[in-house]
Amino acid sequence: MFIFPRRLASTAALVGLVSLGLTACGGTTKDSAQQGADPKASAAAPASADPNAPIKEGLKIAFLPKQINNPYETIVDKAGIEAAKEYKGEAKEVGPSDASASSQVSYINTLIQQRQDAILIAANDANAVCGPLKQAMSKGIKIVAYDSDAAKDCRNLFINQADSEEIGRSQVKMLADMIDSKGEIAILSATANATNQNAWIDFMKDELTKPEYKDMKLVKVAYGDDDDQKSFQETQGLLQAYPDLKGIISPTTVGISAAARYISGSKYKGKITLTGLGTPNQMREFVKDGTVQQFALWNPKDLGYLASYSAAALASGQITGAEGEKFTAGKLGEYTIGKDGEVILGAPFVFKADNIDEFDF
Amino acid sequence: MAPDVTAAKPAEGVSVPAGTGRGSLGRFLRWDVLVGMLLVLVFAGGSAGSPGFASIDNLSFALGDLGEIALIALAMTMLVVAAEVDLSVASVLGLSSALVGSLWDAGWAIESIIPLVIVVGAGCGLVNGLLVTRLGLPSLAVTIGTLALYRGLAYVVLGDRAIAEFPQQYVDLAVNDVPGTPVPYPVMLFILLAAVTGVVLHATGFGRSLFAIGAQEEAAQFAGIRVKRIKLTLFVLSGAIAAFAGVVYTLRYGSARADNGVGLELAVIAAVLLGGVDFDGGRGTLGGVIAGVLLIGLLRNLLMLNDVSTEIQSIVTGLLLIISVITPRLVAAVGRRRIPAPASSPPPPES
Repeated sequence: MFIFPRRLASTAALVGLVSLGLTACGGTTKDSAQQGADPKASAAAPASADPNAPIKEGLKIAFLPKQINNPYETIVDKAGIEAAKEYKGEAKEVGPSDASASSQVSYINTLIQQRQDAILIAANDANAVCGPLKQAMSKGIKIVAYDSDAAKDCRNLFINQADSEEIGRSQVKMLADMIDSKGEIAILSATANATNQNAWIDFMKDELTKPEYKDMKLVKVAYGDDDDQKSFQETQGLLQAYPDLKGIISPTTVGISAAARYISGSKYKGKITLTGLGTPNQMREFVKDGTVQQFALWNPKDLGYLASYSAAALASGQITGAEGEKFTAGKLGEYTIGKDGEVILGAPFVFKADNIDEFDF
Repeated sequence: MAPDVTAAKPAEGVSVPAGTGRGSLGRFLRWDVLVGMLLVLVFAGGSAGSPGFASIDNLSFALGDLGEIALIALAMTMLVVAAEVDLSVASVLGLSSALVGSLWDAGWAIESIIPLVIVVGAGCGLVNGLLVTRLGLPSLAVTIGTLALYRGLAYVVLGDRAIAEFPQQYVDLAVNDVPGTPVPYPVMLFILLAAVTGVVLHATGFGRSLFAIGAQEEAAQFAGIRVKRIKLTLFVLSGAIAAFAGVVYTLRYGSARADNGVGLELAVIAAVLLGGVDFDGGRGTLGGVIAGVLLIGLLRNLLMLNDVSTEIQSIVTGLLLIISVITPRLVAAVGRRRIPAPASSPPPPES
């Protein structure tokens, strides 16, 4: 009975193909779906904000990182939980052990059932978490994205750790301070088409056109492809090709640590100034042995702290997430909500020999 | 038609003495019944102890969250009963998701994308099936290979992009409940397919021949069962269902990615084993598997509601699985000691 005659099989295939062809014309395509989409996204009238409302006590907020047991995210979330104690809230961190797009969804549902006042999420996939987040918002739960944004209409606020302009310009300033704004410099980036890095590099180039940097000359942008080995070799190549090179900026954590490793074991140690964006754990030994004086990254503790306070401000009705609203984030001071509900953390944090041991990530 | 049924008769004789149905104690202690009871226990405990657990919203979500695993488990049950396994299902799901995304992005109609990816999934299953049946390779090895292969293809198709914004009426079909019930559409579909699978597996000659193949493949062959063709059919079915689950997954999360569903095959196999299907083939019930799927899903939901960490969740699921493999053997051993085995009882072939 389950022996398919060949004829039956080919008939089935034919029927399948025909129906495929028929539905191909006049079906639901991307274009027709977009035409049909109604622009009601912003129709949900936000309740008006009361800037003078006090922060409520006993707020229940939950941090949902990309993945638990990730040292970086643990620091962010811990700082946020500490902040919650300041305003007498109850905060916790829950999350999946794998950083997959879907595993966060089950957690969002759980947090809805637990009737949290606010959920703070570092989204693994901006869209995959969208549906459940909307459901949470429809039940009055405030959503703050941090570290990694969710789609705009699925959250109230996004705490942006890195403003591209700020990062790009500050890298040049930091290097200029160390080399007295004189000499040839190079950039060691990630891949040639990395969105973040290219945005930063554009701002670096723009910053270099200012008169105070007239004696600094960008001779080369090299690409280490965020590959340790390749970054290592590119550094070597740069130093051989440009013997007068004074400084290198590497705005990627892989690049800066590979470059530091090469320089620390070469004759260039002490003669070339390296800076960029790195993590304390990767850079510690190079800061201690003098290869690198300082490098930057945002301060993850401040990120968690700010996210926590912004969630409390939302849940207490001080803000609604609209552009231009202001709120106070404890010791960090006052913040203003920018376009698309983004709050920018501030200038990158500079790590040096005297503060690097306070951080473990 | 008729030869199939008669051919299956000796098969039944093969599968029965293997352990179940020995007196009332044995029947009562059948693992699938125990899993069912455990499920009731978890549900009762959860409703009493955790506010929010028994709410319609939560249960509906928990059911929806199990949709893809449950669908794939249907085909997997039949495969495991026939002593085969398909580890490539999650990769087929990922490939299907990647295809849905890239075709949708290229402007295809969703109505033609869905049948197409199911055909592709069936093709993936066909490759598995041909390698297993024509070359005589073990399915564990073959499907570990295709697990990597199909996932690789998924990345070729979509790279590390994520495609979103699928048509709302189809997203609704993947997310919403059937009107008037707390049952999401995919789960309703699962219920229908489970009913069909249950009948096929437990009340037809085809089903009996699966048990026969799983218990003693050679004997089944001599009894006139077309072993290779049946296995091939099962692999094709498994691929097609996995691809369909990929469509549901993509729409439910509203995001097509090449890494969708990584590791899902283990959840499926865990549910099948927990449901009391013998990994060596020849034994098991669909009811047990459904109870297994629900038990894993509801237990996880309950643990999460109580803020139990992921590590502990994994430990609980792992222990449950080990217990599920050990208990039936223990029960069988106890049963054998209590009821003196007939003199003709054949020595166990292995273990």
